[in-house]
Amino acid sequence: MTVALWIVPALALAGFLLCLLVGARLGKGFVSAVGVGTIGLATLAAWTRLVPYLREGGAPVVERLAPWIAAGNFSVDLSFRLDPLSALMVSFVTSVGFLIHVYSIGYMKHDETDAGYARYFAYMNLFMFSMLTLVLANNFLLMFVGWEGVGLCSYLLIGYYYEKEYAAAAGKKAFVVNRIGDFGFLLGIFGVFSLFGTLDFGDVFSRAAAEPSHFAPGLTVVCLLLFLGAMGKSAQVPLHVWLPDAMAGPTPVSALIHAATMVTAGVYMVTRCNVLFRLAPEAMYAVALVGAFTAIFAAVIALAQNDIKKVLAYSTVSQLGYMFLACGVGAYVAGMFHVLTHAFFKACLFLGSGAVIHALGGEQDVRRMGGLAPRLPVTYRTFLVATLALAGIPPLAGFFSKDAILTGVFAAHRPILFSLGLFTAGLTAFYMFRLVSLTFYGGFRGSADEADHVHEAPPTMTLPLVVLAFLSAVGGFLGLPEVFGESANRIAAFLRPVFPPVFLPGREIAGQTLPPAKEWILMGVSVTVAAVGLLLAWDWYAEKAGRPAARLAASFPGLYALVADKFRVDELYDVLFVRPFNWFARVLWKVVDVLVIDGILNAGAFLVELAGDALRFLQTGNVRNYALTFLLGIVALLLFVLAG
Amino acid sequence: MTANGIPIGDVLLASAALFVIGLAGALLRRNAISIFLSIELMMNAANLTVLGYAAALHSLEGQIVVFFVIAIAAAEAAVGLAIFVALFRHTETIDVNQINLLKW
Repeated sequence: MTVALWIVPALALAGFLLCLLVGARLGKGFVSAVGVGTIGLATLAAWTRLVPYLREGGAPVVERLAPWIAAGNFSVDLSFRLDPLSALMVSFVTSVGFLIHVYSIGYMKHDETDAGYARYFAYMNLFMFSMLTLVLANNFLLMFVGWEGVGLCSYLLIGYYYEKEYAAAAGKKAFVVNRIGDFGFLLGIFGVFSLFGTLDFGDVFSRAAAEPSHFAPGLTVVCLLLFLGAMGKSAQVPLHVWLPDAMAGPTPVSALIHAATMVTAGVYMVTRCNVLFRLAPEAMYAVALVGAFTAIFAAVIALAQNDIKKVLAYSTVSQLGYMFLACGVGAYVAGMFHVLTHAFFKACLFLGSGAVIHALGGEQDVRRMGGLAPRLPVTYRTFLVATLALAGIPPLAGFFSKDAILTGVFAAHRPILFSLGLFTAGLTAFYMFRLVSLTFYGGFRGSADEADHVHEAPPTMTLPLVVLAFLSAVGGFLGLPEVFGESANRIAAFLRPVFPPVFLPGREIAGQTLPPAKEWILMGVSVTVAAVGLLLAWDWYAEKAGRPAARLAASFPGLYALVADKFRVDELYDVLFVRPFNWFARVLWKVVDVLVIDGILNAGAFLVELAGDALRFLQTGNVRNYALTFLLGIVALLLFVLAG
Repeated sequence: MTANGIPIGDVLLASAALFVIGLAGALLRRNAISIFLSIELMMNAANLTVLGYAAALHSLEGQIVVFFVIAIAAAEAAVGLAIFVALFRHTETIDVNQINLLKW
């Protein structure tokens, strides 16, 4: 049985409508069944299409649902595209999304009202609809609809606890920062249309590949604009500031939207447009630079954070930087591979942190945790597996994807970017194991009351953890490096049709393959770096209870404060943009609006009043006066007519 | 040009005299009924002009228009007199100089 592609997002949309319209009235049982059930059905529907496609591959399938916009020579269809890239995205968006929906039942059931619970699942389903539209879209405009939709859901879900001021402010911040990126994306879409005259993916890319030298000059600007959109959505420096604040939302939201799926939309978009980017080497280089800088910048910040979710948030920013680094050097397969593995282990980490927060009754500060390993055995084990995967310890998933990225950067002859990436890998291992040590090892540092309260999460929460941990462990075998054989890298073979050959005259594309000996050395180096970071963190935080780190922080107090304050980027933006803007808005309000616009209106009204005050004495009330005036008027009129 | 043997100039002269008399009465009299009668006089001056030309030009339309004006004047007289009666009940006068409440 084949299911039409549009059915997959439509199911999520149906779930959204049901939860929104009748969910609050019919109660939590109904909302759980519908909210999770429709996503389950969408996942099943998607996999009935994905299984044959993953097995056989083949040409892209385009399914046209209806014409959408037709104006002159501009036409856009509501059409969906199943090709290796969207198949990969749909596979983990639906599966990870479904697991997180299941987890949400356990996480949200206790502390929310019926209406709040329905609202939560309605927004989550709307998010799934938008995300699936984004990845399945067959043209830039439909992709933009999904792109804006996920942004809206992100805003709604960050501000889910809207009665808390910081959550509402965080939602607003995410929305505003994303608008900057979306503005770039929209301009990029206009650019694509003006260059190619169409927004259809297949047409645009085949035309670009057919006449590279004709399109290449205009593409640098277009690609940079598209990348600006990706930077907003995927939280790259300098637009990264919204993602850490986004942790104000419920933890499953952080896992689904702000770790596994939505934030990777930027990487997906850049990979989708790889033909355009490969024709614009300067834009590619910008992507690589921004990615590498973001990776190391966010990793350094993560070293000094004490909020369990903040560490994971900065880790996400850093890993997204990694993915862009891969795209920027042309290793798109490695980037997408990392998107996939990152979805598994970062979702697992966030859900694990949610289980910890749940166990501690809302505590998020790692300084008040510790020694939780025996009390939360399932959470601990899954968290550890995901941490090792993120740190890049073989044979877990993160090792292979991270190694693929580093190999790609090395093969592209970018030694500085490579060393940045390698150093970031060490930092990643360090801050993640610091997090594990502070949370699960040593003695409990919270109050005795909290210690009594600690309990393992219900099965609806632990089951997704186990599944995700399993995927984090084995997901890497999809993309074994080439030293294991020509066809070992199944993900590269599968994605190959997405990367048609593109030749830009005058530019030689650097060789992407390395001799096996070099690859082995690179693997050894990256494992060593990860292991050093990991053991150092274990020694400092688990064995010596954080004393070496505290000494180090005490000897560089200014530097430590700067890092702990996230390099004060928010404060900088406050001074550079927020305050001048508020000042400007006040000027517009107090001067332009109140003084000028209201002033002109009030002056007009005042003049009319003044004239009325003077002229009202003509109204004598005596009829004979009026008659005389009438006569004089007629005489004047008569004279005028006769004279004229 | 003559109307039934009378030169049109004479007709116009008569109607102008009638109009001016009415006008003077409307402006100078203080009794509301007198003013009203003066207005009727002015209206009939206009009627006379129209009739004069209708006769001179052998046009039936002019005479029909005059019939209309007379009919409407009758209706108007009814309304006007009713107003004066109501006014008198309130103020016990129909001197228009006394009736000047509607001012500034």
